[in-house]
Amino acid sequence: MDQRVELYGLLAEFEHPHELLAAAATARDAGYRRVEAYSPIPLEGMTEALGTVPTQLPRLTLLGGLLGAAVGYALQYWVAVIEYPLNVGGRPLHSWPAFLPIVFELAVLGASLTAVLGMLALNGLPRPHHPLFAVPEFRLASRDRFFLCIEARDAKFDLDQTRSFLSELHPKSLIEVPR
Amino acid sequence: MSGEPARDDTLSDGRPPVLEPGHTYATVTDQISSIVLARRAPRSWLGGFIVALGLLMVFLYATAYLLATGIGIWGNNIPVAWAFDIINFVWWIGIGHAGTLISAVLLLFRQQWRTSINRFAEAMTLFAVACAGLYPILHLGRPWIFYWLLPYPSTLGVWPQFRSPLIWDVFAVSTYATVSLLFWYVGLIPDLATLRDRAQRRVPQVIYGILAMGWRGSATHWHRYQTAYLLLAGLATPLVVSVHSIVGLDFAASIVPGWHVTLFPPYFVAGAIFSGFAMVMTLAIPLRAVYGLQDFITLRHLGNMAKVMLTTGLIVAYGYLMEIFFSWYSGNEFEWSLIVNRLLGPYAAAYWSLIACNVLIPQLLWFRRVRRNVPLLFVISLIVNVGMWLERFVIIVISLHHDFLPSSWEIYRPTIWDFAQFFGSIGLFLTLLFLFIRVLPVISIFELRELVHATSGEEED
Repeated sequence: MDQRVELYGLLAEFEHPHELLAAAATARDAGYRRVEAYSPIPLEGMTEALGTVPTQLPRLTLLGGLLGAAVGYALQYWVAVIEYPLNVGGRPLHSWPAFLPIVFELAVLGASLTAVLGMLALNGLPRPHHPLFAVPEFRLASRDRFFLCIEARDAKFDLDQTRSFLSELHPKSLIEVPR
Repeated sequence: MSGEPARDDTLSDGRPPVLEPGHTYATVTDQISSIVLARRAPRSWLGGFIVALGLLMVFLYATAYLLATGIGIWGNNIPVAWAFDIINFVWWIGIGHAGTLISAVLLLFRQQWRTSINRFAEAMTLFAVACAGLYPILHLGRPWIFYWLLPYPSTLGVWPQFRSPLIWDVFAVSTYATVSLLFWYVGLIPDLATLRDRAQRRVPQVIYGILAMGWRGSATHWHRYQTAYLLLAGLATPLVVSVHSIVGLDFAASIVPGWHVTLFPPYFVAGAIFSGFAMVMTLAIPLRAVYGLQDFITLRHLGNMAKVMLTTGLIVAYGYLMEIFFSWYSGNEFEWSLIVNRLLGPYAAAYWSLIACNVLIPQLLWFRRVRRNVPLLFVISLIVNVGMWLERFVIIVISLHHDFLPSSWEIYRPTIWDFAQFFGSIGLFLTLLFLFIRVLPVISIFELRELVHATSGEEED
């Protein structure tokens, strides 16, 4: 099966979002697993159609926020009580209510950084090159065209069978994407 | 601004639409990206940029002279130790707040009309925070050691005082700047990919390609992207409230008459939104006229922003009223003497101008005819910007120049360098804004495509 070595996948081009949604669901029903949809806008229902696992990002973000809060509190406690205690009229050194604004700010900072960097990392970005960028038609994926790609590494992928399967979905064009 | 009422495609409920009809994915993409990818900028862009750059030169000159000479060139001295520097800091940071509010809060409330204005409002936030941050640093006297504000194990063995609102401010403003930058950049990623794909020449392709980080619009990416964007919106919303509350606490935690008021944090937040929406309007109205963006920034947007201004303006007016009531009701002679001094003292003209700008003139926005009159809205937004600057002047200078002991009363007069620094910072802001308009999409393209998708329905695209 040398076609797997030289092909990244088969790319079907559609003009309307509902066609892409239907195509994604059909491909999934037909047993394809390494299917990806590309669209200029996020499409509601696409994750369900493709069977994408919900992202762990919210959980990671919560952890990032908790970490930020813990660091903020520990820093202030250590400075105000242990490293640099200042006796101001006998007031308690561990003046926790006054520490809360910075704890809050650092929690937000930690969570925001985790949300953004986590999103990029999980998405595998930055990735300057990708086989799809070699396809001239794919430039329209960020304008007004909708693409479905069945990747060659899919267990069910067979160039002729997959091609005839995709052409039954009546795409505007069908493109072989070299690796 | 010209030829405004020519079209009147109002919806069935009598409101103008958020997007003029007839647009497709392709037309919105092409129209917005062509602003950036065009070889030449319009003449009005060039003219505006030259003026902005001239003001930026004033800023650089004033800053260089300040660093060489010291803050003695400014008019502030004991007892008025805070003046233009802190007025301008609060003014700029307040302006920034509308950008976050539009992009985060209106996103959470699923307000479709935010889409056309959120991008440049976020840019405005970023540049306003940059201008704001410069003032406290320049006011340090030795700004090159500003990093002493941060907690780090220094050889001096000294640490910041974490119980002070001023150090809270350091954390709040730096977090706010970081989160605003993240929010803005994450929003830009799909549009940078669009520009990469639309660019004809090699250099823009490479630059936008690097900035887009290889975005391909895959469904899995979109899923995580939307999750991250929503999370950021949820995080930015309480953040923006906390930032200006802490700015309010900078004053309220002191015992200076006129500052020691529990009302300050919420009243400062409302004032920030008020001035920020005024600035968005000040920027949006010329922008849509110059680039022909009336289809995207419609009368609906301007009308809604006018309503937000009216509402927050009323909250601010309530704040002014309560300041007077509190000082009378407290029975504290210093507080009451402050109010008398504010209303009738040497700076009374500033106070009454503030009331005219922030309380009286915005009442015109009750009338629909005013909310649909674009030139008038532009003038009102400028007046509110001035009024909110005067508000900070009144709060800061009038309280400090006239505190407890008559022996420490002093009249404050700004010098030419105060004004040079202030107008110069407007130049810095505008220069950054003009560069942004030239090289990045001023309106979020992918969100406009989503709006096309949402408003046109599936079958016709």
